[in-house]
Amino acid sequence: MTSPAALLTVRDLRVEFAGARGRAATSAVRGVDLTVRRGETLGIVGESGSGKSVTALAVLGLLPGTAGISGSVELDGRELVGLPGRELARIRGSRIAMVFQDPLSAFTPVYRIGEQITEAVLVHQKVDKATARRRAAELLDLVGIPDPQRALDSFPHEFSGGMRQRAMIAMAVANEPDILLADEPTTALDVTIQAQVLDVLRTAQRETGAALVLVSHDLGVIAQMADRVAVMYAGRVVETAGVDELFAAPRHPYTLGLIGAVPRLDTRGGPLVPIPGNPPPPSKLPGGCPFAPRCPLAEDRCRTSEPELLGEDGHLAACVRSEELAERRPAPSEVYPVPEVPPSVLPPDRADREPVLRVSGLTRTFPVLKGAVFKRKVGEVYAVDGVELDIRRGETLGLVGESGSGKSTTLFEVLGLAKPEAGRIELLGQDTAGLDRAAAHRLRAQLQIVFQDPMASLDPRMPIGDVIAEPLRAQAAPKPEIDLRIPQLLRLVGLDPAHASRYPHEFSGGQRQRISIARALAVEPQLLVLDEPVSALDVSIQAGVLNLLQRLKAELGLAYLFVSHDLSVIRHLADRVSVMYLGRTVEQGSVEAVFNTPRHPYTQALLSAVPLPDPVAERARERVLLAGDPPSPTERRAGCRFRSRCAVYAALAPELRTRCEQDSPVLLDAAPDADHAAACHYPTVQRYPARRA
Amino acid sequence: MTGAGPTVTTADAVIENATPTAADAAPAGRGKLVLGRLLAARGAVAGTVIVLLLFLLAFVGPYLTHWRYTDIDYAALRQPPSATHWFGTGGLGQDVYAQTLRGLQKSLIIGLLVALLSTVVAGLVGACAGYFGGWTDRLLIFFVDLMLVFPSFLVITIISPRLKNTGWIAFVVLLAAFNWMITARVVRSMTISLKEREFVRAAQFMGVRPLRIILRHILPNAASYLIVDATIAVGSAVMSETALSYFGFGVKAPDVSLGTLIADGTDAAPTYPWMFYFAAGLLVLFVLAVNLIGDGLRDALDPTAESGRAPSRRAARLSRSTRTPKGSR
Amino acid sequence: MLRYLAKRLAYYLLLLVVSIFLAYALSSASLNPRAYFEAKQPRPSAAAVDRQLTDLGINDRTPIVERFGHWSSDLVLHGDLGQSIHDTPINAEFGRRIWVSLRLMLVGSLLGMLLGVAAGAWGAVRQYRISDRALTIFSFVVLSTPVFLMALFLKNGAIALNQASGHQLINFTGYETPGLTGGFVAHLSDWSVHLLLPTLSLALGGLATYSRYQRGTMLDVLGSDYLRTAEAKGLTRRRALVKHGLRTAVIPMSTLFAYSFLGILTGATFTETIFGWHGMGEWFINAINENDTNAVVAVNLFAAVVVLASGFVADALHAALDPRVRH
Repeated sequence: MTSPAALLTVRDLRVEFAGARGRAATSAVRGVDLTVRRGETLGIVGESGSGKSVTALAVLGLLPGTAGISGSVELDGRELVGLPGRELARIRGSRIAMVFQDPLSAFTPVYRIGEQITEAVLVHQKVDKATARRRAAELLDLVGIPDPQRALDSFPHEFSGGMRQRAMIAMAVANEPDILLADEPTTALDVTIQAQVLDVLRTAQRETGAALVLVSHDLGVIAQMADRVAVMYAGRVVETAGVDELFAAPRHPYTLGLIGAVPRLDTRGGPLVPIPGNPPPPSKLPGGCPFAPRCPLAEDRCRTSEPELLGEDGHLAACVRSEELAERRPAPSEVYPVPEVPPSVLPPDRADREPVLRVSGLTRTFPVLKGAVFKRKVGEVYAVDGVELDIRRGETLGLVGESGSGKSTTLFEVLGLAKPEAGRIELLGQDTAGLDRAAAHRLRAQLQIVFQDPMASLDPRMPIGDVIAEPLRAQAAPKPEIDLRIPQLLRLVGLDPAHASRYPHEFSGGQRQRISIARALAVEPQLLVLDEPVSALDVSIQAGVLNLLQRLKAELGLAYLFVSHDLSVIRHLADRVSVMYLGRTVEQGSVEAVFNTPRHPYTQALLSAVPLPDPVAERARERVLLAGDPPSPTERRAGCRFRSRCAVYAALAPELRTRCEQDSPVLLDAAPDADHAAACHYPTVQRYPARRA
Repeated sequence: MTGAGPTVTTADAVIENATPTAADAAPAGRGKLVLGRLLAARGAVAGTVIVLLLFLLAFVGPYLTHWRYTDIDYAALRQPPSATHWFGTGGLGQDVYAQTLRGLQKSLIIGLLVALLSTVVAGLVGACAGYFGGWTDRLLIFFVDLMLVFPSFLVITIISPRLKNTGWIAFVVLLAAFNWMITARVVRSMTISLKEREFVRAAQFMGVRPLRIILRHILPNAASYLIVDATIAVGSAVMSETALSYFGFGVKAPDVSLGTLIADGTDAAPTYPWMFYFAAGLLVLFVLAVNLIGDGLRDALDPTAESGRAPSRRAARLSRSTRTPKGSR
Repeated sequence: MLRYLAKRLAYYLLLLVVSIFLAYALSSASLNPRAYFEAKQPRPSAAAVDRQLTDLGINDRTPIVERFGHWSSDLVLHGDLGQSIHDTPINAEFGRRIWVSLRLMLVGSLLGMLLGVAAGAWGAVRQYRISDRALTIFSFVVLSTPVFLMALFLKNGAIALNQASGHQLINFTGYETPGLTGGFVAHLSDWSVHLLLPTLSLALGGLATYSRYQRGTMLDVLGSDYLRTAEAKGLTRRRALVKHGLRTAVIPMSTLFAYSFLGILTGATFTETIFGWHGMGEWFINAINENDTNAVVAVNLFAAVVVLASGFVADALHAALDPRVRH
């Protein structure tokens, strides 16, 4: 921001994808203007299909041949659109470099990491191979990869997701580019790894002085990283401003809705603000303002012509009522209709409610097999090793943990309704170890699941009526009853009963998730297992599904086991929370207790890693960065499993460390009557959000 | 929802507009979609027309001439095509037209039956091996590998002396018995990945029984592959049939097939081309048409296939890749 | 990686043993050598026939397991495949014919594979242009022509060409001109001319198959993220395509190699018979017609070894090409 001169100027960029035989072309980007100054960070935020990634790729000329690009992209005054491939190749990687979303598919699987980074150096610099390799090792060191020499000889699949993204950043900064384009660089990563990678991006930016263009759907990431933000909707920038200004006083109703739709870690309760409808597909844009059909402030003139991006002091918005918004500064809930969530009717005292699910000491190991034909066991993976769960009627338990923490295994063990390898599972007072087949089959009706990916969890070859009827049929319900239930259920989740004969692909993501929920509710279960039910959905759609879940819980008295990596969602929805690390429950208790005064250092690091969708609060708080990746669960080491990454352990005096190294900590209550326990020998209390002194 | 200012609604029903939005698929049903794509592929249309015409020729054609395939015209030996003998005559005065059509009939029927049989076997074996896993899988796959060790040609040839008197139905069973293994392997690996899909897991957790899951979820979802494969299997079955018959190990007199006709005409080919090329040409034409249909079907049934799709594959990937669901594995 | 290959090898050996037993049992049950001896003039006595059959180890009155035991112990201990029905050693015949067949199969399959991979990759890059469409149509026509018919077409074409030119331009009978004098070069060119048509009839099928598959995998790769990364770091499109695209797209071809060798084996049987090569395929067909059990079993052994060896080569190729399976 020191130099006000524009480094990259995008003017009226348009991208069209040619239609196949006789079909109309679709416009993915429809007139985007952007300016990037030297050294600054520009955040581009938008939902799927908003054209944000296509914009980034168009800048580099990386779109496929079917894409028609018009407009202008100027780098230091040099026009890039229409430049021949050879010339563009010279700029790519040396002046503008790119970091992609999925680092596994973005590396060529058959070459070593070192070869791929060295190649990036050799393309643009006249150095010999050995020098390039040394440079590659330096780069890996810069992005914090331990033992760079060895890492150079690894293949991409041998790296963890976070390591791959670090290597990707190392490759991008290999030639000290002026601009780093990062397209959803942390979307596929866990939250603690996301925090590390964002930190690496900042380091890389600092070391090279590059400007950063960060494309993301995550308002929190944008708030944390960006200096300026451009909000995209339906192929256009609808609002752009400095980050503080944008979050504090949005002038476009879409931005306002987005901010209201995100659950936040530092506030709780109440319904979220859902933006009605779905983003329009690029092939079917409405006339006029593309947001008008979803906009509560839309007027007749919005439907006739598309407003231009206008404004002053660098705060521009494409809305005819932006001045009004700038003046009034309404809260999202003042503009958008917010549904009422009926209050829960259960006795508030936990002890008075009967338990629905109780899990204690649950263990599940998987054999590590080797050999092609006659496989033999060479070891064991402790996927789950000491999980405790306790859910009572009408309450929501949030199960939190990163990839590999054993969340899914825990779910499948519970859903399997069989005798666990070790420990005890009790569903509605019945021990699953003692169930015969018929009893287990009956008990299944009390326990249903909603999966993460609403497309994958619905059989694409079945009409949704049959999908919803499947659990009823499995429980041998009579046909007239099934026919009666289907329309009821569809109505319950806010879908039109007339659509029972349609196929899943005819519905949008949010609607499909509602179908999943309807299917799970068909047999009137008492406990609903929700496995990341909103993580595949766009923010504005996610809010509607979360509100639905809250309403159903209150109306039907359901208990939820809600699994999520997203702590903000858990915070928003759950009554109690259970935190897992490497197959073990490390902290559990009421949401207030765990989120406000976390005791386990892992929980503290997790909470600290979640970016807040609020730049002011984001700058004010202190961050604890968790080092490294979780160790492999194949080794079952004595002592505390978290100590290899634990800041508390690292700071301990040697004689105090012995306990962590030898005794595995058990869950201990924070206070005699408190619903809060942590498995740490040296629990520290940290108020959250921690503020900088 | 159009009024300015806040309005509070109690149900979400209004929020999520209730009509399906068809965000990423045409509103038409799947069948219509497939048909549309199929019609867009010119090859598939041409293939279908050719196959229909050949069937018409094989089953109606014989009634257009008074010569039957067993008839012998002593007055015309090795005569080129003429008004009396449309495809000419053979060395003994046989009518090549009647013979070729008779052979075509047999080859078509054999091809269809073999494809049907082998696809059913492949689907069941593959789905069971993949779904049940463990020892079921290991044994079935060992069996499949065992069957694959020998080219089917060798085994059928060895067995064929035993089948001298059993006719062509036994031959069909034999051909099918050695034609399902590769398909079964593919179905198996498809099943393994389908088994991990959430809708199958959901069905398992709902208490749906394994065989029902295979029939209701696994096989319908492998159906597009099976249909394509069955189509191509018709072609390969006809090729195997003709090859075996050519060497005298398949269809035997008094039956005729395209293979036996080609064998009879081989030596005469340079001098009396009509005795060879009509049968050979029809054979190639039929297999070609069937392959074209198979290829068109594959593109039409596979949602990620290239032809007939909106922009390019890469463009579609772009729109999809902007948000990958993240979370626990 | 060696461990992985060793495991595969062990599995293939198990398959080999079981399949050879099955082939032996099948051949013994299906063929009727007794009929061959009984049909001799003058008709030998039943005892003489029995004695001859027993000498050859193919007496159908001996239990099959016992016959197989003898046959396999001779094979394992002495490398002896037994005697033919004419009481000549199988080994000698086997040794003569194996090189004839292998020459045909190896040249045919390698040629088909290399040309097919090149053509397929080229077609994918030029998708929907005239050249791609021409290649596609060509592969479809070839794939729709059975190998024996392809061989016949080529043979008829060569006859027509020779007649038209009045010279023996293309010599297609046998694998060498008998009694040819001259140096190494003359022999080599003679071989090549003889190899031309039989190899072509095998290689064309391979070319068509490989080019279809390679085109498909290459198209998948064309849309891949890593190709985009390669371009994003500054590689030109062409270099990215060859270095990152083609290199990854050939991996699945190794699996196809195993399956396509099955086809090559069958195809070689046809081409040998049609072009008068005295290879394993021709031997097999003669042996079936003569009820020569031991010869049939010997060809089966050859086929099984070739198929499993190609499977093993495919595994090794896959492991060499793809670092992900090595670990």
